[in-house]
Amino acid sequence: MLDIQNLHAGVDDKNILKGISLKVNAGEIHAIMGPNGAGKSTFASILAGKEEFQVTQGTMMFEGEDLSELSPEERAHKGVFLSFQYPVEIPGVTVTNFIKTAINQTRKAQGLEDMPAGEMLKQIKQVSEMLDIDRKFLSRSLNEGFSGGEKKRNEIFQMAMLAPKLAILDETDSGLDIDALRIVASGVNKLRSDQNAVIVITHYQRLLDHIVPDFVHVLMDGKIVKSGTKELAYELEEKGYDWIKEALK
Amino acid sequence: MELKEKFISSFLAVDDYLNEGSLVHDIRSEAIKNFEATGFPTKKSEAWKYTSLKALLRDDLSIFPKQEATVEFRDVRKYFLHDLDTYKIVFVDGQYSAFLSTTTHEGMDVCLLSSALTKDKYKAVIENYFNQVAPQHGLNALNTAFAKEGAYIYIPKHKEVDKPIEILYFYTGAESALMLQPRNLIVVEENAQVQIIERHQSLSEHAVLTNAVTEIFVNQRAQVDYYKIQNDQAQASLIDSTYVKQERDSVCSVHTFSFGGQLTRNNLNFYQHGEHAMSIMKGITLIEGKQHVDHNTLVHHIAPNCESHQDYKGVYDDRSTGVFNGKIFVEKEAQKLNAFQQNNNILISDKATINSKPQLEIFADDVKCSHGCTIGQLDEDALFYMRARGINEKEARGLLMYAFANNVLESVKIPELKKRINRIIALKMGVKIGFDL
Ligand SMILES: Nc1ncnc2c1ncn2[C@@H]1O[C@H](COP(=O)(O)OP(=O)(O)OP(=O)(O)O)[C@@H](O)[C@H]1O
Ligand SMILES: [Mg+2]
Repeated sequence: MLDIQNLHAGVDDKNILKGISLKVNAGEIHAIMGPNGAGKSTFASILAGKEEFQVTQGTMMFEGEDLSELSPEERAHKGVFLSFQYPVEIPGVTVTNFIKTAINQTRKAQGLEDMPAGEMLKQIKQVSEMLDIDRKFLSRSLNEGFSGGEKKRNEIFQMAMLAPKLAILDETDSGLDIDALRIVASGVNKLRSDQNAVIVITHYQRLLDHIVPDFVHVLMDGKIVKSGTKELAYELEEKGYDWIKEALK
Repeated sequence: MELKEKFISSFLAVDDYLNEGSLVHDIRSEAIKNFEATGFPTKKSEAWKYTSLKALLRDDLSIFPKQEATVEFRDVRKYFLHDLDTYKIVFVDGQYSAFLSTTTHEGMDVCLLSSALTKDKYKAVIENYFNQVAPQHGLNALNTAFAKEGAYIYIPKHKEVDKPIEILYFYTGAESALMLQPRNLIVVEENAQVQIIERHQSLSEHAVLTNAVTEIFVNQRAQVDYYKIQNDQAQASLIDSTYVKQERDSVCSVHTFSFGGQLTRNNLNFYQHGEHAMSIMKGITLIEGKQHVDHNTLVHHIAPNCESHQDYKGVYDDRSTGVFNGKIFVEKEAQKLNAFQQNNNILISDKATINSKPQLEIFADDVKCSHGCTIGQLDEDALFYMRARGINEKEARGLLMYAFANNVLESVKIPELKKRINRIIALKMGVKIGFDL
């Protein structure tokens, strides 16, 4: 599904990603861990199409298409979804109106008619119940004044509504309380199938108890320096990153 | 001949025409003298520093339309709130159009200023109110001297007007260039309520300069909601001078939607004479090309325990220019005041400019005054966020601008009008706003 080869990218003169290669197949869950400032969010943003970063080398193929040829919205239309580490506040646009617009624009790009209002309402109701989101919440301005946890839950709400092929969750667990973490994780699990894939960026092994990864990668200083299975996450939780740094020397 | 001289010399010639049986002959004679002394404003005066009328005050502007023009309802239907029943006072090239209007004298007066100025039964109101709040110099004096027509609205005590009143000025372009002097007088007596929508609309590509003066008297506990739709042709310019005198416990709101026209200058002035008066001034400016919109507001707080709220939003594209000059003047007696002023702007193009200047003059010591001004670009992070969710860039920009201006629309009390303004905004931004308005 996703095939990244030797990706180098940065902003202005600063190199942030220094040769990332990663293959994600449909049905897989990949976890990316790594110290602060390693380039995890940069990687996620580049996959979603943030124009601020320049790709200087390498390729990003998604379902046989070169992602770098596509605008952020085109990537979304093809099924790439990024749950932001820091979701943006958009005053004046309610959660409901935002998601309606996002869904109908995606449908339009796919040559479909707008989703009938009744169907839309039904889905909104189902998903918000699944994620234990209060209805009142949906008529508030998007992310405006939301608590950290509410913002993250709202990202997963949107993900569930958009049902992407590739979901990239950038620290979706930070800021969630223990119950919320469980609810959000079970939401993600419900959406899983052998047709879609998930990349989970996290600092904590705890999330991976709920969303169990097939692979764990360590991203350090713009490179994937170690890959393994879910046991690697336990090891990192226990020992931190220094031993990897040492081993690299 | 220079335009100023042309007006002064025409005054005598048209004196008879204007003043046939008029109650205000003396006021007009006084006004022309004032105009002669003060003339047109120039950039030398502080209040006109960023707005020049020079190019508009062409010597070939006609002072009166030479021929009577008519328009068909079907050609102008779209300028009315046609999905709503309203009273209508309509003028075509400065002349009253009985055919397009729906006036009334039942329990109130919604009619023509020309008849109010000549008929005895209006004498008391005219003497008490006409020309009592608009200061008499420059453009106002010119308007007073030459104004022949306009809306006259008198709402007696405790009357809650059943439907909005639309005041429409059409300009047909029969003349190649014309200056119009519309004059509105609105008196709302104790505890009465009314909603008014005003619009100036050119129907051709000929130049027109409208110098409109409106006086609004909001007596005790009365409530007035006034909406100005400024979405005119690119060759049309408007100087709108509105003066509101408020008595105790009254509420008056003025919303100004500036989307069109070549040059638009809004002089909006509130005078709070009674305690617990509330003044609300809101505006959305959305311009492009070489358009220019200047908001010059004044709230003069004279009585204690009053409030004023100003919230102006602007979105400027291309080489358009905006001005916001908001003055809050607080007299020593106006204690326990709450005055709020906000002006937020987005410059879409780096060639667009906005000059925003709050001016606070406070002589009372127990007051709450706040003001804020922002000038920025569209939030790139928000744009990326929306695009990453599948919303096209153009729609995303439209949605962000819409959201930016949205809270100004929230206080519009006429749902049909709100929808209309929404539609204009969406059209201007070239987006189909994908949600219920
Ligand atoms: N726009 C930018 N301009 C300059 N430097 C940037 C920019 N964006 C990111 N960086 C830098 O790139 C590096 C990687 O940042 P990134 O946000 O990808 O880290 P991260 O791995 O997600 O960290 P964290 O775990 O703290 O979220 C950091 O040193 C950061 O300061
Ligand atoms: Mg990060």
